[in-house]
Amino acid sequence: MDKIIALAGNPNVGKSTIFNALTGMKQHTGNWTGKTVELAHGFKLYGKLKFRIVDLPGCYSLLSFSDEERVARDFLYFSEPDCVIVVCDATCLERNLNLVLQIMEICPQIVVCVNLLDEAEKKQIFVHLNKLSDILGVPVIGTTARNGKGLNKLVGLMARGSVKSHWLDLKPILYPQPIENAIEKLSKTTKELVCNELPFRFTILKLLQQDKAFLNDIKERFLDKEDVYDLLMQEYKQVKIDLEKQGYTPSHIQDIIAETFIKKAEVISESVVDYKNQHYDKKDRLLDKLFTSRLTGFPIMLLFMLIIFWITICGANYPSAIISDFLFSLQDILVDKAQSANIPAEIYQPLLFGVYHVLAWVVSVMLPPMAIFFPLFTLLEDFGYLPRIAFNLDKCFQKCKASGKQALTMCMGFGCNAVGVTGSRIIDSPRERLVAILTNNFVPCNGRFPTIIAIITMFFAGKAANVETSFLSAVILVLVIVFGIFMTLITSKILSHTVLKGIPSSFTLELPPYRRPQIGKVIARSIFDRTLFVLARAVIVAAPAGLVIWLFTNITVNDISILNYCTNFLDPFARLIGLDGVILMAFILGMPANEIVVPIMLMTYLSQGSLTNIEDMNVMKTLLMDNGWTIITAINMILFSLMHWPCTTTCLTIHKETKSLYWTALAIILPTVCGLAICFTFTQLANLII
Amino acid sequence: MRLSEINPNQSGVVCKIDERSKIRRRLQDLGIISGTLITCTAKSPLGDPSAYRIRQTIIALRKQDADHIIVCEVEPWTK
Repeated sequence: MDKIIALAGNPNVGKSTIFNALTGMKQHTGNWTGKTVELAHGFKLYGKLKFRIVDLPGCYSLLSFSDEERVARDFLYFSEPDCVIVVCDATCLERNLNLVLQIMEICPQIVVCVNLLDEAEKKQIFVHLNKLSDILGVPVIGTTARNGKGLNKLVGLMARGSVKSHWLDLKPILYPQPIENAIEKLSKTTKELVCNELPFRFTILKLLQQDKAFLNDIKERFLDKEDVYDLLMQEYKQVKIDLEKQGYTPSHIQDIIAETFIKKAEVISESVVDYKNQHYDKKDRLLDKLFTSRLTGFPIMLLFMLIIFWITICGANYPSAIISDFLFSLQDILVDKAQSANIPAEIYQPLLFGVYHVLAWVVSVMLPPMAIFFPLFTLLEDFGYLPRIAFNLDKCFQKCKASGKQALTMCMGFGCNAVGVTGSRIIDSPRERLVAILTNNFVPCNGRFPTIIAIITMFFAGKAANVETSFLSAVILVLVIVFGIFMTLITSKILSHTVLKGIPSSFTLELPPYRRPQIGKVIARSIFDRTLFVLARAVIVAAPAGLVIWLFTNITVNDISILNYCTNFLDPFARLIGLDGVILMAFILGMPANEIVVPIMLMTYLSQGSLTNIEDMNVMKTLLMDNGWTIITAINMILFSLMHWPCTTTCLTIHKETKSLYWTALAIILPTVCGLAICFTFTQLANLII
Repeated sequence: MRLSEINPNQSGVVCKIDERSKIRRRLQDLGIISGTLITCTAKSPLGDPSAYRIRQTIIALRKQDADHIIVCEVEPWTK
């Protein structure tokens, strides 16, 4: 049978890195709290043993009632792992020890892994590992997970821990005498109830704290022993009266238990950690001053955004052109081959002019910007900058009665809105989480960037693609995104005053230490995990879409293609919002993936004209102008691209997260209505003026 | 005084957390109990939230939450 190993720890201590190193999996890690929101598990072979390693959500404690903490606690308690690895951050061991002590109460079979030793060393913080091991009575191992140091030893200890029944010299935590007396009184019946399987001390503590949800779980698990459970409750009633006489109410007991752990952690940490340099975090605080001060906080945020987009636009031009040249010349060769091989036109034409054509477009337009944008963004993420964005913007979100952590989910949305939606789990309050989910679509995802960038470059930044014009494009793009953020705030506020009424909940956000990003790893990881993943998804969707488009344009009824019927039908309505039938149709057909909106649109225009190929942006612009595009169409295209229904993947994710058709529908309607309204207003105003 | 009244680079020792605070438990998780030393390290550009050093970590708290933490001011921590 597999040995079950649980991997627990505070958020942002390198748990995911250790998990990946042990299991060879590629879970994304980032320098901010709350990355792991689902229980991931992987396998590790060690001699004859097979370990199933479960990555628990990062949490500070097991005593409070947030979802992650409950998930972690229930897994530790009810799934009875064979061994728990508690990962700690050597630079702030004290707070981590609090969790270690709590986990020891539930599952004594633990290995403490003090990670980030390299960072601690840099800050001249030294942890006496042997001493810590003596005090706790469990094995302690120091690691630097990012370069694999200490991991072999960790696996060895894990193997030992999972077969030994208990570490021998484990020392239990002592609570104030009245609580210990109560534990003593209740232990016989409790042991009988949980049949020595589950830790009885922890069960009694929960009983004394009156954690109703937990007690219900216990009751359900031991349904066959209802009489014992009832007996325990009887006994507890008496104990409760005794305790309350001495001033120990359940909520007071909660406080005392929490404080016992914290104080013990403080004492242990004082004796095992040496701070050789009292000003170890001076550099971090200086950087904080730079990134979050009144004068420089916001300008630097905009500057970062500008630089990232500038590099992306500037750098993507040339590879885009090269890939597109290559792929389209390949198409000509393939057409020749198909003709000389006497393949009937009915077969090769839909495949090459439909499927291949759209695929080539998607790849050449999307791949280069993604391959540049994702690594740059991941660098910022690794560095630890994103929580500072949340810190800077929190006041705005607070005004809109939302959570500052929504800024983090928006950042995730830049990559993919579906990821942003899932990531909203880092927001504790269900109401604020819904606000974040419903508004995530106002952040343009990676599938929409290329569209917006292409339109900006063609219509606003001048003809030649060079450094200056790409800078101008980047500036405009930043303005578009700032507008998106503005819309997010407005709609958040509207939601908070209508369907999601409520008061802003509390907000605690950790600002982790800055870390030097591992450039090589960042590039490899963001290209392989993110870029290729997103590209693959787009390609999967684009291929059938290409076929559909080709069929739509080439199947005719009464000499008019089906596509023309559709676009003609949509045209009057689309004109009202400053678009045309073709564009609207492209957005509708592009619902499976926003990446294919522009290819569909171009293909439709091409099928109506004589052009067959697009060599560069200028040709594309001419094509669009020939089809009646003006600068107003371009602006509306950008606005509508920023605000319309979420893609299919995002919709499905929203449904999965909210488990409600109502909220999913609202998530579709909200940005769509905003987009339609704003495009309509803009178009009508523009028509009046011009 | 309240934690929210502490300016950057000033420190305070927690006397108590107001019973009404909804995140009493969350604050305890972060190690805030009576006797804990807290230093304000920064204010965000719009003045709220502020960042505090609590047991070697930096935690941002909104003013409304910091209002519920009662502290006594002390000199900056040098050990």
